[in-house]
Amino acid sequence: MYRNLTIKQKQIVWAWAFLALPVLFYSVIRFYPTGNAMLISFQDWNLLGTRTWTGLDNYTTLLSDPVFWQVFRNTFIYLLLGTPVSLVVAFGIAYHLDKVRFMHGFLRMLYFLPFMTSAVAMAWVWRWFYQPVPVGLFNNALASIGIPQINFLNSTTNALPAILAPAVWAGLGFQVIIFMAGLRAIPRSYYEAARIDGVSTWTVLWEITLPLLRPTIVFLVVFSSIGFLRIFDHVFNMTTNNPGGPLNSTKPLVLMIYQTAFSSFDMGYAAAQTVVLFIVLLLVSLFQLWIMRDR
Amino acid sequence: MAFPTLKAWAVATAAGAASLITTPAQAVEIEYWQYFFDARVAAMDQLIEKFEAANPDITVTMTHFPYADYRTKVAAAIPAGEGPDVVQLFYGWLNDYVGADLIQPLPGDAFPVEAIDAEFFPMVQAMKGDGQYWALPTAVRSLALFYNERLMEEAGVEPPTNLDELIAAAQAMTKVDGAGNITQVGLTAGMTAQDHHWWREVLVRQFGSEPYLDDYKTVNYDTEAGRKALDFYVGLATDENPVTAFNFMDEPQAAFKAGRAGMHIDGSFRIGALESTRGLKWGVTELPANADGMRSNYSSYWVNAITTKAEGEKYDAAVKFMQYITSDEAMQVWLDVVGELPAKPSVGMTETNANDPVFGPFIRGLEYAHTTKFADESGQRQAMVEMVERITLEGMDPGESLTIAAEAEQKILDDYYSGN
Repeated sequence: MYRNLTIKQKQIVWAWAFLALPVLFYSVIRFYPTGNAMLISFQDWNLLGTRTWTGLDNYTTLLSDPVFWQVFRNTFIYLLLGTPVSLVVAFGIAYHLDKVRFMHGFLRMLYFLPFMTSAVAMAWVWRWFYQPVPVGLFNNALASIGIPQINFLNSTTNALPAILAPAVWAGLGFQVIIFMAGLRAIPRSYYEAARIDGVSTWTVLWEITLPLLRPTIVFLVVFSSIGFLRIFDHVFNMTTNNPGGPLNSTKPLVLMIYQTAFSSFDMGYAAAQTVVLFIVLLLVSLFQLWIMRDR
Repeated sequence: MAFPTLKAWAVATAAGAASLITTPAQAVEIEYWQYFFDARVAAMDQLIEKFEAANPDITVTMTHFPYADYRTKVAAAIPAGEGPDVVQLFYGWLNDYVGADLIQPLPGDAFPVEAIDAEFFPMVQAMKGDGQYWALPTAVRSLALFYNERLMEEAGVEPPTNLDELIAAAQAMTKVDGAGNITQVGLTAGMTAQDHHWWREVLVRQFGSEPYLDDYKTVNYDTEAGRKALDFYVGLATDENPVTAFNFMDEPQAAFKAGRAGMHIDGSFRIGALESTRGLKWGVTELPANADGMRSNYSSYWVNAITTKAEGEKYDAAVKFMQYITSDEAMQVWLDVVGELPAKPSVGMTETNANDPVFGPFIRGLEYAHTTKFADESGQRQAMVEMVERITLEGMDPGESLTIAAEAEQKILDDYYSGN
């Protein structure tokens, strides 16, 4: 039978033969659980008993749950604060690091090191930094020069930025490396032409460097936005006693999903939250791709 | 090198095959599941060894999992006909397990209801439903007041016996630096640790109210007594001379371990960790009584139950195993190895156990302990945590915060009981 196929058809058969593995993998490991999660979001299930259909109940509960809206707001604060700050800082570092020749490799390694460190270990070290007197590093330093201590984690206003800071720092190394690769990819000849024309450094930055970095920036914006929308490990590890606290002021959506599913065992409600997160991620990614598209 | 091992293996296999042939036909193997905790696994190993010695025709295999995966694995395995014949579960999960048809009631002839009512500490009766017991604990846990002997001596105070003495002792042991920052607390505090149990089951009762009504289905602490209990608790940190700071040194037990706290309320499961802390001289006493001498305590426990998977001869073996692990002998082993308290007064209240300087206060606490029937322990704890945070971080009126907490917890209970 195979022998009777045309070359074109044989090529298709072979293509599918090679594609079968990833297709199988994606359907079993990705698409099936995704579809199942969507199904569960319309059901009531405590992990032990039978699943019962509840229609849109989980979604109506979600919409009227003040904690959900608080968590939704937090998630977007992580995104809207984290992404621009980390990108600007990473670009600043990459731009200048690119010009440094002395100990270049060592400096680059230093910036990359936090990215390789386990988020859990890092979160716990920062958690210690932020403690009040008599243990916390920052507050002990403040107290020793007579400045009243700051409530970092035990405050509804300071806790979120305090948790975001190490998360930004942790991702910095990766962004710096990508930016530097992007900078290196810009042909030297443009800069040489600009120099011959006597253009200022600012103009070079605005007219040559940034426009030509667009693909890099698009990639990093999408990548880090998804990262901040999914933030979990830093928050959870810095607030394990009261996850997402105080008073839910640091709780991101993923942490709420985790708690609903694995400490309240309300799988249906957790699945509904997951579907909402999925839709948000989808919309944010599409929106960013549209904004940053090549005109 | 490979040769002798191979030979040994061959011999062992042959011996194994031989023993298979010679063992009696009724040999039966049952499976026991619990979550992983070093001491608990060691204790269960000992119990299984003794049980097998007494019942040579039964083999018990123990499987353990990290706590985080436990519930999922049990839920997946039993309906599939896999998994344990005897399973360990937290007392608060009983309703879920019964509802999901994962466990079966203990047979009345081997576990007579009246005998259990009479022999076990009263809070175990929470495991009774439809006139029969569904599960039984080997050991129970309760709360007590740990104190740092060095700090007590330094401040010249004695372990407190009532709440007034508690405040006085805590004040004497609190230290503040020049800037007014607390550097040593008299008493640790934090609803995220054990204090939510202390507040609910002990303080609310001591200030004159029942925390719940209607078999823990109705929240009842939004009352004058509840308000007094809340004022007392928050006052520890917010009064003119605070004796504590919430979140001091991140975790109450960390502050106590580091010798930066005079007193600390915690469960009997903390004993092991404190014993291995070098340089810490500590003692333990019963939770302080109120002005009228009334005491209360909170007790929690893990229970064992027979699953619906166990049938026929496995069921009979499972019943025997259950009988053994809830026997006086097993309870003493559990106390010695794990440090958890016997679930029967006949074992717990023996002269040696009840007067033990470490276990004694916990065991005496069991006599007047209450067990909260949680629908969602972490959710209900969260209501307590936020009740205090609204007052301390947002300056909310305590009465208002108490009402919000009571409503939030009532909602959790209502949702749970309407679903079951």
